[in-house]
Amino acid sequence: MAVILDVLVQLGHSLLVLLLAPLLTGYLRKIKAHLLRRQGPDLIQPYRDLHKLLRKEVVLAHNASWVFRAAPYLIFATTWGAAALVPTFATGLAFSPAADLIAIVALLGSARFVLALSGLDVGTSFGGIGSSREMMIASLAEPALLMIAFTVSLLAGSTQLSSVAAFMQGPTVGLRVSLAMALVALVMVAVAENARIPVDNPATHLELTMVHEAMILEYSGRHLAVIEASASLKLLLYLSIIVCVFAPWGVAVAGQGLAAYAASLPLYVIKVAVAGFLLAVFESVIAKMRVFRVSEFLGAALMLALLAALLLFVSRGV
Amino acid sequence: MAVEVLLWCIAALLATVPAAVAGAHRTPTTILVYAIALVVSTIALGTVAWALVADAAPAQTLSLAIGLPWLGAHFRLDPLAAAFLAVVNLGGAAASLYGLGYGRHEPEPARVLPFFPAFLAGMNLVVLADDAFTFLVTWEFMSLTSWALVMAHHRQAGNARAGYIYLLMASLGTLALLLSFGLLAGASGGYAFDAIRHAQRPATVASAVLALTLLGAGSKAGLVPLHVWLPLAHPAAPSHVSALMSGVMTKVAVYGFIRIVFDLMGPPAWWSGGVVLLFGGASAVLGVLHALMEHDLKRLLAYHTVENIGIIFIGLGLGLAFAANDMRGPAALATTAALFHVFNHSVFKSLLFLGAGAVLTATGERDMERLGGLIHRMPYTALAFLIGSAAISALPPFNGFVSEWLTFQAILLSPQLPQWVLKFLVPAVGGLLALSAALAAACFVKAFGITFLGRARTGVAQDARETDAFSLTAMFVLVVLCLAAGLLPGYFIDALAPVVRDLVSAQMPRQAVIAWLTIVPIAESRSSYNGLLLFVLIAVAASLARYVIRRWASHSIRRSAPWDCGFPDATPVTQYTAGSFAQPIRRVFGTVVFRAREEIDMPRPGDARPAQLHVRLHDRLWDALYAPVAHLVDVTADRVNRVQFLTIRGYLTLVFGTLVALLVILAVWQ
Repeated sequence: MAVILDVLVQLGHSLLVLLLAPLLTGYLRKIKAHLLRRQGPDLIQPYRDLHKLLRKEVVLAHNASWVFRAAPYLIFATTWGAAALVPTFATGLAFSPAADLIAIVALLGSARFVLALSGLDVGTSFGGIGSSREMMIASLAEPALLMIAFTVSLLAGSTQLSSVAAFMQGPTVGLRVSLAMALVALVMVAVAENARIPVDNPATHLELTMVHEAMILEYSGRHLAVIEASASLKLLLYLSIIVCVFAPWGVAVAGQGLAAYAASLPLYVIKVAVAGFLLAVFESVIAKMRVFRVSEFLGAALMLALLAALLLFVSRGV
Repeated sequence: MAVEVLLWCIAALLATVPAAVAGAHRTPTTILVYAIALVVSTIALGTVAWALVADAAPAQTLSLAIGLPWLGAHFRLDPLAAAFLAVVNLGGAAASLYGLGYGRHEPEPARVLPFFPAFLAGMNLVVLADDAFTFLVTWEFMSLTSWALVMAHHRQAGNARAGYIYLLMASLGTLALLLSFGLLAGASGGYAFDAIRHAQRPATVASAVLALTLLGAGSKAGLVPLHVWLPLAHPAAPSHVSALMSGVMTKVAVYGFIRIVFDLMGPPAWWSGGVVLLFGGASAVLGVLHALMEHDLKRLLAYHTVENIGIIFIGLGLGLAFAANDMRGPAALATTAALFHVFNHSVFKSLLFLGAGAVLTATGERDMERLGGLIHRMPYTALAFLIGSAAISALPPFNGFVSEWLTFQAILLSPQLPQWVLKFLVPAVGGLLALSAALAAACFVKAFGITFLGRARTGVAQDARETDAFSLTAMFVLVVLCLAAGLLPGYFIDALAPVVRDLVSAQMPRQAVIAWLTIVPIAESRSSYNGLLLFVLIAVAASLARYVIRRWASHSIRRSAPWDCGFPDATPVTQYTAGSFAQPIRRVFGTVVFRAREEIDMPRPGDARPAQLHVRLHDRLWDALYAPVAHLVDVTADRVNRVQFLTIRGYLTLVFGTLVALLVILAVWQ
């Protein structure tokens, strides 16, 4: 009985992130529009977009293979799976032993692998440019993310996000240089991985600056809808990781009952809203950088994360 | 009992050699040789798998009265040997099955058939050997048979040079191992492994042994900077032999390293772990960077072998460092990670080489820039290659990820190491490992995407045909293993437990008993991973999404020309190539590592000649280490060459001078 309840809570959590993700995208667009003194689209505009895309026909290139058609579902499933394993309002959910932070990073890597392949499938130069740049960005962002995972898990003595969150709530954390560096690096990686300004521009269709948009240029209809939903999920996932690791206050622990969940859920939404607001402000005040400056940006993130981990390796133990 | 079975298997393999020589040009011989190799490898695989799982039996030994008189040849099957024999015979069985189909396309069967079973027998013998003499003789036998296979197509450009460099490096490696065993045996000269194991030796001798073993086994395994022969020789052989060399022979080299350093040498010094880590980290990153710059499909795979050997040695180095500090649990974790990666790499690297061989048979091309769109013509090969690519890129839920994840878990335990050097070194190596994993994914997006996706770049790619059923069966057997080891890693870790227990006197906790088949290396609160659950989650989520869309969303599909922002390119030449795909990474990493320079030759307006882009890469290690030696040999040879053209008077003077010199030395001596 208890197992069934646990699994039900886990499923509810998975559904929640799925439903919440487009709202976050709409919210970010709204804030950015307001910062530019524009009205901006409705908060629920992303849902309408998805609905419209789902009803449209798919226009498929003549030589698209099964990889192109299966990729959206694989990307969506992998991203959703990863997002469902990051604690949001409660830690220690039923499936959380399946993957720790390292495995979640790797799951995102799987999604990216499939996405980059789908960019190459039709054999157009735009798809190629997108895939090639995406993998260049990932080749720096992923190690940075892993070094951040190292830093956090060395402190907490665990790579399991639930244990990390529990540790971060405890009294032994204190203010640490390593954590600050890891936070900065994580924000930089999150910006790059979600194709946000200054690394990429989610609103552009100007060829020379595209990365993510270039990869998915050939997608249309329901395929595009699924890919857009995965992109929103990924953004929510990154904000959830930041919130879970660096602001875990008030998170319920599995088994505390529905009342505790009801209390921690609004808190989680507020935390994500604050993080999203900060992201929108950051995006609005900064300029898009050239593609080959990205390596310096992410190289800095990697070095920060490495330094953070190194400091901990040196200061701990004995 | 098991040893006898294995030796009979080896004898059967060796017995096929004369038959293969006799009837090499007839098709039935090809089938016979590969069928025998397949059956024998499967029997051997079953025997060692049973020995490994049963676990109860102590090491079995056997001596044969062959080899040196009064000494004989000693063989021994312990868990370590059994684990590596499983890898050898699994790879052997897959390559033989593939050979049943692929062998029919072989233009010169007489140069392949006799050496193939001999090579398999050689690798089996090295792992079974229980004295230094047998080990060295069989090691050299393995080297020479593989060299013969590398030289099978010796008239093709570059293959002769590859064979020459391989022969030089193999001789160097065997020499180093010979000296290493000489030091191990000491003045008393006990060449049996048992005597070596129980001998006492000073620390300086042990460090010399470590250095020589790194040189000997490392050069065969492809550790940077001893890897130069590997990307030349492995691709030169026929593809199923490439699979054996990359997937299996490098593992035999790893076995040699483990046998000497973990088993024979006695307790390690703490710094030995650091040295091994350093070589491992350098191999991991340099291997994958070289692979990214490579457009030859088989050579790209060979460079990835260098990378994966690096990952294995990172695990082994950590194991040594922990064991030297008497941290038994972490040592067991790190060693298990290394051994599991040995198995995983042998599976997916064999798979990828077999896939590359299928492409080579279908198109006659290894150059990715002349392929493309093969997924339409070779759908099954493409699927198998895709799964192999995902596995080698360490993507969950496949097997490559599990062993890298275990290595990361071991790295995270290293702050407890007391030595400061290691405290600095281990996180840096962890960073290198993370970097190499990310770059490997980029490299395999390139390898699969350019070769199998997009539009065909040449006529041969356009007209490719799917490969035969035997080859496909061999590939899909390996695909199933990639999935099995990724989804149920607990069973594989448990099977490795007796090996690890022998090496570091500790083992990881039993995994198969944990609920839901999760693997928990240390403690549940610390870290856990469940590939099966992840796979089910992904499968359910994907099917659910597909079902929901099928049920409620639009079904219609319209085929049309690609959109491409309104500028569809008419010719396939305008697609992204392997070179252009790797260009951003070349700009980020290549300028430092390879001194990459791009020169653009842009004609003036009105000039009709095409613009050209030249990319120049330097292999800095070759320039720094190998080129000076080659130059020195050249110069010395030129000088000494003069002695060939003396007059008779000159030669007589030379003889007289030598005689006098020797007599003087003798006089002074006494």
